[in-house]
Amino acid sequence: MLDYVISKYNFWIYIILMMIGLYAMIGKKNLVKKLIGMNIFQSAIILFYVSIGVKAGATVPILSGHGHGHEAIEVANYINPLPHVLMLTAIVVSIATTGIALASLILIYRKYNTLEEDEILKIRKETGA
Amino acid sequence: MADQFAALIIVVPLIASLFVPVIGWWKKRLCYPWVVAVLVIPLISSLSVLNTVMTTGKFSYRLGGWAPPWGIEYMLDHLSAFVLVIVSSISLIVAIYSKKSIEDNLPEKTVPFYTLFLLLVTGLMGIVITGDVFNLFVFLEISALSCYALIAIGEEGAPMATFNYIIIGTIGACFYLLGIGYLYIATGSLNMADLANILPDLYHSKVILVAFAFFTVGLAIKAGLFPLHTWLPDAYCTAPSAVSALIAPLMTKVAAYVMIRLLFTVFQPNFSVNMVPVMPILGWLSVMAIFWGGIKALAQTDLKRMLVYVVVAEVGYIVIGVSVANRMGLTGAILHIMNDAVMMACLFLVVGAILYKTGTREIQQLRHLNKKMPFTMAAFTITALSMVGIPPACGFFSKWYLILGTIEAGQWVWAAALLCSSLINAVLFFRVIECAYLKPMEPAYALNGGETKHEEIQRDEAPLTMLVPIVITAAGVILLGIFSGKIISSVIQFAVPASF
Repeated sequence: MLDYVISKYNFWIYIILMMIGLYAMIGKKNLVKKLIGMNIFQSAIILFYVSIGVKAGATVPILSGHGHGHEAIEVANYINPLPHVLMLTAIVVSIATTGIALASLILIYRKYNTLEEDEILKIRKETGA
Repeated sequence: MADQFAALIIVVPLIASLFVPVIGWWKKRLCYPWVVAVLVIPLISSLSVLNTVMTTGKFSYRLGGWAPPWGIEYMLDHLSAFVLVIVSSISLIVAIYSKKSIEDNLPEKTVPFYTLFLLLVTGLMGIVITGDVFNLFVFLEISALSCYALIAIGEEGAPMATFNYIIIGTIGACFYLLGIGYLYIATGSLNMADLANILPDLYHSKVILVAFAFFTVGLAIKAGLFPLHTWLPDAYCTAPSAVSALIAPLMTKVAAYVMIRLLFTVFQPNFSVNMVPVMPILGWLSVMAIFWGGIKALAQTDLKRMLVYVVVAEVGYIVIGVSVANRMGLTGAILHIMNDAVMMACLFLVVGAILYKTGTREIQQLRHLNKKMPFTMAAFTITALSMVGIPPACGFFSKWYLILGTIEAGQWVWAAALLCSSLINAVLFFRVIECAYLKPMEPAYALNGGETKHEEIQRDEAPLTMLVPIVITAAGVILLGIFSGKIISSVIQFAVPASF
């Protein structure tokens, strides 16, 4: 059992991180904590992608000396760069999402003077908005 | 030139959106003609693409000349070309409409509005055109991000609605991203056509099953399928009129398109229908969506909020058509993507015009609107009849195919739900029409002074830039209904997977 967990530890870590993020997004009352939860959630997925490109004993995928010739390269010697490249895009997306979320938090704070969800709901109920 | 049309659909609005701030910085009032002129190009391109697809069959466009599966390819078949035409025409119509509503209500937001508007359209069209699952994620996020920002411009309560939408929408997009990750582990490919070739050998793998589950849930969130629709009503209702007229017809429909694409192109119908029990679940959820949306809509006194709940119910229509998984049902679903986009566009445009002219959205205050805004209310009535499902308006035909599909699948409860929903829609819309056409002047108002009784109600129609789009969409509702047989025989029947 322990071997099973340890041999796939990257997946376990990503699942634990993802659940922490999901819990924060759903369970926390404070909007900033929700946002931090969202960031943890996205980072978990990024780590998952990064870990699936890794191969045991492989090196960075920079080919030297293969520019001109036609020698075959051993694929197992190089980690897979594609998931990493995909994650560059995903990181950009997650930064943009965080930016928009923070901007809307500023708008919310200006309006209600608080970032606690239950207090905002109370204010909205009282004012009927 | 002609074979580059597929790329122009994406490239033109994307690059043009970067020029909007420059033009706005020079002369603010030039933003509007620029955006309208730019959006004509994707419309022409997508019509030409649809024409090519109809004459020579499906083709793919290789971005930068890289061969798939390494390069990104745009996949143009009957389904994607059809949805592209819908997206590009609705976005052009809403762009024409947006002039007054933005200039008068949000004058200082003109430049960001138009920049984001073009980005949103780029994202939506990219989702439809792309043949690469990761590229689809990027476009999904482009459209979602610009949509968040556009909603946040709106009225009171918009920031809170936006924040909820960001949190839930991000969960949806991340689930989709995880689904891609699992598919990539199992297959090593991101290209849809390539995946469709590799996957059948792996259908018994648990990794594929997990990927499929993540895809379905993620897209259900994006499409606003009950019970994952909670972000939708507040977000769509608080957005500015021009924004909700763009996102209400298109966002959920495009997500439904992606659902059809993944369930029946990337995964074969054989897997999605027979090997995993997802279809009955989706079907029953959409029955609940139809009832929940209808009942919540009945409870609203605000016209726009009522329509927003109708959107929730309409998503149920499309997903029912997908989940019966036969030719009739899927034809109905694809036809309903078009019909619903046109009908919702018309209804939200009308609400925006009413709000612009009268400053209210309360159903009870629409009295005598037939005299004040005769054309707008006529358009509203035509579309309302279409929503109820009265021929020859287009709503009848898609509902007809959907019901035939459910009967063919033997799902009588689903058929009953569709019929009941017509009744609910009848009550909903006739309540509004009664208020606008038939209700007498409020007694208290008439008692206030004798002279108000005799006062003629002045005609006070919406400005021309608003009225023309409304009339076009209302005419579209009738014309698409009359020509629906032609549309099905020339486009939609080829868009349904051949194995059905």
